Amino acid sequence: MMVIEFAILGMLVTTAVTIARMRDLWAAIMFTGIYSFLSASWMLLLDAPDVSFTEAAVGAGISTVLMLSTLSLTGKEEKKSKRFAPIPFLVVTVTGCALIYGTLDMPPMGDPNDPIHLHPDPGFVERSQTDMHGMPNVVTAILASYRGYDTLGETTVVLTAGIAVLLILRRGKEEHVEAEL
Amino acid sequence: MTDFPIIRVVTKLLIPYILLFAFYVQFHGDYGPGGGFQAGVIFAAAIILYGLVFGLAAVKKVAPPIVIEKLMAAGVLVYAGTGIATIALGGKFLDYDVLEHHFLTEYHFPSGQHLGIFLVECGVGITVTAVMTMIFYTFAGRRQSP
Repeated sequence: MMVIEFAILGMLVTTAVTIARMRDLWAAIMFTGIYSFLSASWMLLLDAPDVSFTEAAVGAGISTVLMLSTLSLTGKEEKKSKRFAPIPFLVVTVTGCALIYGTLDMPPMGDPNDPIHLHPDPGFVERSQTDMHGMPNVVTAILASYRGYDTLGETTVVLTAGIAVLLILRRGKEEHVEAEL
Repeated sequence: MTDFPIIRVVTKLLIPYILLFAFYVQFHGDYGPGGGFQAGVIFAAAIILYGLVFGLAAVKKVAPPIVIEKLMAAGVLVYAGTGIATIALGGKFLDYDVLEHHFLTEYHFPSGQHLGIFLVECGVGITVTAVMTMIFYTFAGRRQSP
C-alpha cells in the first residue's frame, strides 16, 4: 500500500514540475489532465471516493475540455519571458517555505486523536444512524441534512458562477444565440 | 468528426453507461459514495462527450440551451423550495423531519430525512449538470462565431 501511495505522490510532483517548466500549452493541458487523474487516485487511497469522482469528472474531464476550447481561441505557445523577475520568485519561495513549515504541525494521517476526529462533533457519526433512520452514508447526511444551509449556499455559488460565465462570454453576440435557438 | 467511426461508435456505446452511472451516483448517494455534485458533473461529462464527438449542433438538439438555462435556476429552486415546503408544513427551513408521513413503512418507503435529502440532492444535481453544460456551450459556441 505504501508503495502505491509514494508512487502516486512522486508522479504528482513530477507532473507538477513538468507542467511548470513547459512552454507548449497544448501539452501542458494534457499534463494537467494527467495530474487530475493522479489526484483522483490519491483521493481514492485516502478513502474519499466522492471527492475522487468529482476530481476525475471535473478536473480530468470537463476542465480539460474547457481549457482546450480556450486554447483554440488563443495561441498554442506560451510567450517566453526572458527577464528574470526577482520579486515573484521571492514571493513564491517564501510562500512555499511557509507551506512546508505549516505541514510540520499537521497531525499524522489516520490518527484517531486528530483534531478533525475530536473537535467539530464526533456525535455526527454516532447520531446520524438514529437521526437519519438508518441512512448509512454519513457524508451525505452531514452535507444535506446537518449542514443543509451550507449546501444550499454552495449550489447558489455554482448557479452564480454559471450566470457570470454566461454574462461575460455571451456579450455582444445575442443575435447569434437567438438565431441558434 | 465524421472521419473517426471507431470513436463515434465507442462513444455511442459508452454514453448510456455514463448516464446510468450518473443516475446511480445520484440516487444511491444515501448508501454509497456520491451525491448531487458528483452525479451532476458525471451527467454533464456525458453531454459534453456527445458534444465533442458529434458536434455542437447535435448536442444542442439533445439538450437545448434554452432548457439548460432554465434548469440552472430550477435546481436551486428545488433545493430552496424543499426548505420553503418544510416551513409550510410547520417546521424550520430545511427541517426534513416534518416530511415524515409513515406511509407504507413496511415497504421501506423513504422517511422524512430520506425524502428531504433526496429532494435537495436532486436540486444540486440539476443545477450542477446545467451549469457545466452551459459553460461548455458558451466556450464551444464562441469558436463558431468569430
